[in-house]
Order: sequence, then C-alpha cells, then structure tokens
Amino acid sequence: MENDLGWWAVPLAVLGGAIRVSTPILFVSLGEMLTERSGRINLGLEGTLVFGAMAGYATAVITGDPWAGVLLAALAGAVFGLVHGLICSMARVNDIAIGIAMMLLGTGLAFYFGKPFIQPVAPDLPSIPFGWWSEVPQVQAALNVNVLFLAGIAAALVLHWGLRSTRPGLILRVVGDSTDAARAMGLRPAVIRTMATALGGAFAGVGGAYLSLFYPGSWNEGISSGQGLMAVALVIFARWQPVNCFWAALLFGGAGALGPALQSVGVTEGYYLFYAAPYVLTLGVLIATSSPNRALAGAPGELSITK
Amino acid sequence: MRPPVTAIGADPLPPGALEVETVGMTMRFGSFTALEDVSIRVAPGTFHALLGENGAGKSTLVKCIMGFYHATAGQLMVGRREAEIADPRDARALGMGMVYQHFTLVPSLTVAENLVISRADAPVVIDWAKERAGLEAFMAAMPFRVPLDQPVARLAAGEKQKLEILKQLYLGSRFLILDEPTSVLTPDEADEVLGHVRGLCEAGEISVLMITHKFREVTAFADEVSVLRRGRLVGQGHVADLSHAQMAAMMIGAEKEQRPVARSGLRGAPMLELRGVKAADRSGLKEIAVESLTVHAGEIVGIAGISGNGQMELMEVLTGQRAARGGEIRVQGVPYGATRAEAQSHAVRYLPEEPLRNACAPRMSVIENIAFRSFDRNGAGRRFWLSANEMRAAARDLIGAFKVKVADPDGPIAALSGGNVQRAVLARELTGEVKLLVISNPCFGLDFAAVSEIRARIVAARNAGAAVLLMSEDLDEVLELSDRVLVMSEGRITYEVPAAEAKIAEIGHYMGGHAA
Repeated sequence: MENDLGWWAVPLAVLGGAIRVSTPILFVSLGEMLTERSGRINLGLEGTLVFGAMAGYATAVITGDPWAGVLLAALAGAVFGLVHGLICSMARVNDIAIGIAMMLLGTGLAFYFGKPFIQPVAPDLPSIPFGWWSEVPQVQAALNVNVLFLAGIAAALVLHWGLRSTRPGLILRVVGDSTDAARAMGLRPAVIRTMATALGGAFAGVGGAYLSLFYPGSWNEGISSGQGLMAVALVIFARWQPVNCFWAALLFGGAGALGPALQSVGVTEGYYLFYAAPYVLTLGVLIATSSPNRALAGAPGELSITK
Repeated sequence: MRPPVTAIGADPLPPGALEVETVGMTMRFGSFTALEDVSIRVAPGTFHALLGENGAGKSTLVKCIMGFYHATAGQLMVGRREAEIADPRDARALGMGMVYQHFTLVPSLTVAENLVISRADAPVVIDWAKERAGLEAFMAAMPFRVPLDQPVARLAAGEKQKLEILKQLYLGSRFLILDEPTSVLTPDEADEVLGHVRGLCEAGEISVLMITHKFREVTAFADEVSVLRRGRLVGQGHVADLSHAQMAAMMIGAEKEQRPVARSGLRGAPMLELRGVKAADRSGLKEIAVESLTVHAGEIVGIAGISGNGQMELMEVLTGQRAARGGEIRVQGVPYGATRAEAQSHAVRYLPEEPLRNACAPRMSVIENIAFRSFDRNGAGRRFWLSANEMRAAARDLIGAFKVKVADPDGPIAALSGGNVQRAVLARELTGEVKLLVISNPCFGLDFAAVSEIRARIVAARNAGAAVLLMSEDLDEVLELSDRVLVMSEGRITYEVPAAEAKIAEIGHYMGGHAA
C-alpha cells in the first residue's frame, strides 16, 4: 500500500488540523461572544481555559470518566465567569482589568492544583471515525472527529437560533446594546450580564477539557498557548455572530495546522515560521476589517472596547 | 410575574383613555425641594401640556407619576382612585406609559423584535410567524406605521419617535407621558407625530401629558396646559384662553424677558472658506460633502439641521478631530489643518457641543482647563516651566468675568454643572484675539439665564469683528443669532438664505430633506 501522498498531505493535514485545533477556540469564542453580546468583555477566558483543562483532566484521572471531566470543567468555568461577572457588577470596576486579573488567577490556580496530574494518564474523549470509507491512514486521521467538535457546531447553531427567537436571547441583546433601554424595560443589566459571563465561562471550561482530554490530550502548563486570548480577537472578526465564530475558529485551526503539515512532508527550512500563521492571520484580518473612521458593524453598543 | 396592581376598589378600571390626577405632589431631595404641592388633572381623552424651564420640576413630576421616584407627600389618582405606584412596572400594569426624550429602543434589534421584547409576557420561545401576524394586525389598526423588519438604528428620528408611541399603544398604555417628544424631529415630522397623538386622544383611546418648551406645539395640539416654575405650579388653564406671551410670562416669572442683542459693524473679508470638503460620517458608510462654505469677518453663519445630518462630522473636521477625505479648508486665505499652531496664529477658537467631552480634560482642574490655550505661552514666546500663579490669576479673572459658578477652582471641571462648563470653555475660547469662532449647539440643556448670556457673548464676538460659524439643532437659536442661515441635510448644505428673509416653514422643509 502506497501511503506517501506527497504534497496532498498538506491540505489533508490542514483540514484535519482545522477540525482538531478549532474545537477549543470555537468553544471559547462562543463563550466570549455570549459575554460580549451582553455588553461586557471577559479577557479572563484564557485563564478559564487553562483551569478547565486542568480540572477536566484531574477529574477524568480520578473518576476514570472523561465526561465527568468535561462537566466539572464547565462548572469550574461557570464559577470563574460568575466571579468575573459579580466583580464587574460593582461600581467603577473595569471589566478589562478584572479580566486580566482573572486570567492570571486561572492559570496560577491551574498550575498549583495541576502539579500532581502532569504524570498520570486520563482516558480520552471519544471520537467518531468519519474516515472509515478510506484506506488511507491520513484521511482516516483527518476525519477522526471528536464528539465535542460536533457539540460545538450544534451549540453555534442553537445560539444563532436562540439569539433571534427566544426571550432570553433577545433580552441578552437588549442588555448588550443599550443599558438605558434595558432599564426602561425593567430589566436588570448587571444580573443578566453576570449570568451571560458565567455561561460564557462554562463554554471556555469545556474548551479547556477538550485540550487536555483529546488534543493534545495531556495536561501540562503550556497547554493553551494563548488560544483563549486569540478567541477574543476572533469574536470581533466574527462580528459577534455564533455561526461566524465557527468559521473563524475553523480558519484559525487550519492555519495552526500549516506548520506541522509542512514539516511532515519534509519542508525543513522555515516551516516554523508557519507556526505563527494563525497569529499573523488574525492580525491581518483584524487590520483589514477595521477602520479608524467608523464603528465596527455589529458591535454590541455597550461594549467598553468599541464604545 | 407578580399580579398587576389594581387600584383600591373591586371594579377594574374603565376601558379607553385614563384619567390621571396628582394631588398636592411634593418631592424633596434632602433639603432641596424639587416639587412643591403640585396638583394637575389630566381628564380622560385630553392632551395636557406641561411647560417649564430646565430644572422647573417637570421631569421630577412625571417620574413621581411613573414610580421612578416616591413622592415625599401627595397622592396619585388613576381613574379617580388612589393608586400606589412602587415602581414603573406598577405604572405599566395600570396602563400608564412614558415616551422618553432619549429613545429607549434597542438600535440593533428590528422593529418587530423591539416590540415583542418590550412586552412583559413575551414568550420564552418566540414563534415569529405568529408574532408577525399579530404585529401586522396591530399596525393595520394604527393611524401610522413603521416597517417591521428594519433594525431601529436605520430608522429616521421621526420614525423612531412614532415607534416609541406605537410601542406604548402596543403595550396597552391608555395614559401617555411624552417627554419633549419633538426635540429631535423636523417641524413637519413633529406636526405629523403630534397630529396622530391628538387624533388618538380625540378618539378616546388615550390621555396625554406632554412635557415641552415649544409654545407652538402647545397651541396647536394641547387642550390644557400647566406651567411649573421652581417646583411650583404657577399657572394652569385651557390653551385656547392663553397667548404665547402669557405662557412665557408664567414660565420665566419675574425674570427679565430676553432681548436680542444689538448688532453692529460691517461684514469684512472672508475668514473661513471650505471648498469641496469631504469626510466619512460616523457610520463610515455615508459621506458628508460641503461643496462651498464661506464665513466672513463680522458675520454669524448659522447651520440649521436635524441632529445626525453631518453637523457633528463637519465640526470634527474643523476642529481636527476627523480627517477630511478631500477638499480644502482655508482660513484667511491660507490652507488650514487645525493644528494647535495654526489655530493659534489665525486666532481660531472652538466651542464644540458637549464641551466636557470635546473641549475639556474632565478630571483636570478648572484652572488647568481654562489655561489650555495659554499655559505654554509667555507673551509672544513659549515657556517650558509653567507658572501656577499666572494660571491661577488668569483663571480667577475669567471665572469672575464669565460668572462661572465654581466651588473649588482646583477641583475637576467635571464637577461643574453643564452651564458652568459651557461658561468656563467660552471664557477660555473668547479670551484674547478671536478671528474665527466655530460653535456647535452652545446652549443645549442650559437654563434661560445662561442661554441669553451665552448668546449675547457670541453676538458680542461678532460685533467685535470675529467670523462665527454656528451649528445648532435649535432652529430658533439659529434664526435669532445668524446673519445668514444655511441648512444641512444628509451631509450636504442644501439651502442658504439671509436671516432677514428666512421663513421657518421653508427651512423646515429643507431640514427634512423634502424640498427639491
């Protein structure tokens, strides 16, 4: 059997990488999108992601059940979001500063509690082999899709529908777009924003569990490499639309797989430059879609960074 | 959901327009009495106007009615029964609604979404097909309509105001409070909206209490009027029995009637010239384009227009806050880039709207803010080390001369009231030689005394030979101050007329972008 695909391995690896790498970014950006649609920004999701990875891994090691790990990661994420939301509800508190503090707290706590779990091996999350029809191992590897990736797509679709066609969804948009209008309706913006931040944190926690329980699939301190922060930029790129978050995450994931893919086909020179591709891509996209003279289309009106 | 509050007594309130009455309403904030013993009765199906200057207590009164404030003393009667209103939700349950001066619509939501979500009983999962059918049936029964699928951000101001009123009717309000509902509308739009409201009153659907300071609207649309001054009810009656002069006398009381300031001097050489100036507007989607605009020394050129038609952008281009995409700005015949050095050498001064945001460093002290034009000047030269004593002395003189009320000159300027910030900025800008003065909405939100004083100073600057470009949303102000009136609409200057020949109706048409 000839398994050397030559340069065809590159797009295949990029596709597989896009699916594999994008999942945590998708979850974090959906969480951040929810938080920002409520009119608040949570930069702490990087910390939540790392803590979720640790908490999920530790729980899976102890219980032997990766789903228990995902659940606990979501809970831990919700607690982080809740703390962020509650602190930001106080007067004269800046959500960006709190976000950075929460990011450092999350990573710090994760390193502290995670030390004993670097060695043990946790069970992986299950995945579905959509590549069964092919005999080419690269195709099989690329199409080995994790259940959480599918859950992420479902979540994006549900959020897209929910923001349009449910009462909580509309209320979230009202609060995010105009505090005055929300007050005039008798809503309590601080409470709604806090709940949105907590839910957003839960999403980021799940993203973290995916990191440690599937890909890369182990717990270590460098596990996130800033993906939580990139997700914040992706939300802007995705214009605060859940389905766009999915495409943005896929693009980012694909770009991230470029470096390893080139390495695997024997490009030895300069391939490490392509490791920077997702970051360069994000930067490029943000510059290309921004303008000094107008506000971002689709930006929630109450968001502190776009006001 | 808590059950709707019903007034004492077993029978439900009668259908149709509500009767609302305040009896001896008094509101104190600490030692300050905002409202004293005010009794107003709005009979069912009538249009009642509430007149008063800024700070006269109009807003306090309606906030007491709507449950935002709890009156210190006094009673509220709804449908001739005592009503306890703990918060705005109680008021809404009784069928009372308020249309605020500033829109409370959510800009990014569509009209349909805004209406549905404003309902207290909006379902958890919204069946859009069903809601659409319901909304279309509701709209069909209304005297005026708004497109359901447009995001509110894309509606014109008049449509937004109509939507605010429609929203209250949709929610089942039978008593409406309108808080200066026409402040952002053209005269034509105002007439249309108020005409419909009046029609609904006559049909017995609603009663209306409208806060306003436009006598014209009171005479044209209201049945009865109540006038507040310094928290007291100073006059009341049928509109038919009162003249504008009588209403103005009640509003202003013993204070002097404002007098137009005498004009003197002749028009001089062109001071400011704009040729084909283009710039992006706030949204970045549209463009403002000023083909040609000249302001001469010794004249005031007023630009009238509805807010959001490019005046803010033009002001920002002139102050250097916004980059122009093309064209040429000349001051005294020399290209002008709005740098500090150029402004200084040509003696260009600015009084932008919202001066606290656009012309002050809010947390720096009053003294420092007043010194912005001069702190690094030492006679004709520059200085590196500042002189705190000179700054203090100069500020003290200006604070006195311009009657700025300042508790602590070393405290932040943000602590001053709006009128005093305006005076402080005006003091700074009108000191020294002024050849060109660019002003935007100088009297927005100020009381009568401050308004007439600031207008007098602007005319005085003109009489002293300065060229003045005045942008204002207040058409009366433009007509009072200007030698020449321009109209700005959709980012362009569409009309020009000498002030002596200006007609309000004509200008109003151009403001609305209707005239060809």
